[in-house]
Amino acid sequence: MNITFEQPKIKESPNYLNIRYGWRSWLLTTDHKRIALLYLFSITAFFMIGGAFAVGMRLNLTSPNGLLFSPETYNKLFTMHGIIMIFFFLIPSIPAVLGNFLIPLMIGARDLAFPRINLLSWYLYIIGGIVAVAAVASGGVDTGWTFYAPFSTTYSNTHVIMTAVAVFVAGFSSILTGLNFIVTIHKMRAPGMTWFRLPLFVWSHYATSIIQVLGTPVVAITIVLLGLERLFHAGIFDPKLGGDPILFQHLFWFYSHPAVYIMILPGMGVISELVTCFSHKTVFGYGFVAFSSVAIAVLSFLVWGHHLFVSGQSMYAGLIFSLLSFMVAVPSAIKVFNWTATMYRGSISYDTPMLYAFGFIGLFTIGGLTGLFLATVAIDVHVTDTYFVVAHFHYTMVGGMVMAYLGGIHFWFPKITGRMYPEGWARFAALVVFVGFNLTFFPQFILGYLGMPRRYATYAPEFQSLNVLSSAGASILGVGYLIPMIYLAWAWNRGPRAPANPWGAKGLEWEKSPSPPPTFNFDEMPVVTENAYNYGAAPGATEAHG
Amino acid sequence: MTHTIVPAKVYVGVWAVLIALTFTTVAVSKLELGEYNFIAAMTIAVAKATLVVMFFMHLKQSSSMVRLFVVAGLFWLAIMFVFVLSDYLSRGWQPIGQWW
Repeated sequence: MNITFEQPKIKESPNYLNIRYGWRSWLLTTDHKRIALLYLFSITAFFMIGGAFAVGMRLNLTSPNGLLFSPETYNKLFTMHGIIMIFFFLIPSIPAVLGNFLIPLMIGARDLAFPRINLLSWYLYIIGGIVAVAAVASGGVDTGWTFYAPFSTTYSNTHVIMTAVAVFVAGFSSILTGLNFIVTIHKMRAPGMTWFRLPLFVWSHYATSIIQVLGTPVVAITIVLLGLERLFHAGIFDPKLGGDPILFQHLFWFYSHPAVYIMILPGMGVISELVTCFSHKTVFGYGFVAFSSVAIAVLSFLVWGHHLFVSGQSMYAGLIFSLLSFMVAVPSAIKVFNWTATMYRGSISYDTPMLYAFGFIGLFTIGGLTGLFLATVAIDVHVTDTYFVVAHFHYTMVGGMVMAYLGGIHFWFPKITGRMYPEGWARFAALVVFVGFNLTFFPQFILGYLGMPRRYATYAPEFQSLNVLSSAGASILGVGYLIPMIYLAWAWNRGPRAPANPWGAKGLEWEKSPSPPPTFNFDEMPVVTENAYNYGAAPGATEAHG
Repeated sequence: MTHTIVPAKVYVGVWAVLIALTFTTVAVSKLELGEYNFIAAMTIAVAKATLVVMFFMHLKQSSSMVRLFVVAGLFWLAIMFVFVLSDYLSRGWQPIGQWW
């Protein structure tokens, strides 16, 4: 006689994922956690589109004469790679996904201050994204993501206006997200959650939001001026019409350099959380780390002229911008030193999120220090518009921001989904990403220093071996990104159930809210009675890791 | 949160002043004042913007925190102008001769 056992089914407690089903419950949701997931899936799609352009570029550069594409097509590839990755992946990545999901949870609120505006910002992002993809489908654009005038306003015969509209609309999404965060952090903190008890993730998002609200309108106006000149020959940037092309660069970089910090500051916030949690130790110098975020946000608006050192900007302005650019290194270094000091004598565990944090600290340091090379006027003259610059900003944006994003996604995956991911695969993927990244971009520092210019479809034959190495690294990096997509998708459905706080982490989102959280985050209003990262007082932390 | 109710006559009064200032702008532009034409036009424009922000956008009744954010926005605008002008105004300067 066969006895069949039936696995007892335990009814899941109601949470934000199982409370309602159907497409309307997602597309009309005002729940910050569901909107965060809408962003997660959409930015992943744009990451893959932007990545596909990078694959095309790296394939083409395996041969000095260009393996696959004409120079005109290559121009469109790097332009669309930049536009999609910056405006539709990097800028919304951590704020719109992790920030959206976590800020109300971290400060003890039921939702963001303006839930409907939050949904509106996702729709604006999607409308912008669809227009950008339509621009690609109808032939693309070849100006570079920087849209420099007068090429963009007068000479380019590609879809400049359509792409500019895409960026313009997506910009409003970014402004609304920043506005929502600022009001939420000011007005919706739980009782006892004073400013100096806020998690550093929240501080870094506050600083990011300031940049989004103050900077993005300027690029929006710049795009309108670009459109006026292209459509109506208004004479703002084109010297032939009485304009000044350097004015475009000033206005563009007034936003776009701070935008670099929109991309990296949230990543720094993630790293602060990871380093303290996996060192099981309170953060070293909380106040310094918190205020360094604000200092970076303020200083980020004073350095844009270092993009104009060789473009005809006054040499005296260049000197001032050079000095100010050096000053940004101070708050950035404060963060790196404080993370390192936090780890010192900590009880470090090498879980996947921490591996990404290690990767971030090393790669961001290289990216940041090469930024000092570029802030030095004399060196910048030598390496302007070479692969040195490309390597530098990929070390900060990809080595920094994408590492932090992946670390954050892994860290909060149990909270978001209520499931655990396979740790072995995750550690392996983190290693593959680190190796692939360095193989891709370190050779580009050398190529740039030797004089290989960026944005060309062809190059001198002596640069081939380093270019092939870079392309080989890119294929490893691509695999490194695909592996997490596969196991995270698997784990979402099949992974073992996660407890409320699998890492023994401090913070309201871990200690006061189940995994996954209910729609309004907390069963009862949390009251905060201790400082952030009070790991010394964490029950069980010493037994588990001591 | 409390909202002060502003009587309609205040809005009408501000609107009337804005219209009057618009006519003043046109009138001043007809005068030959040299570079003072520009200064006069900008002064009137700033006065009009201030009225709009204070009354129509309710800054007069807002908390000091909201006022701080408005001042921050204007300060950031000033940063943009000052640094862009630091380029434009110093472009014609000649390099200092060898001094050692």
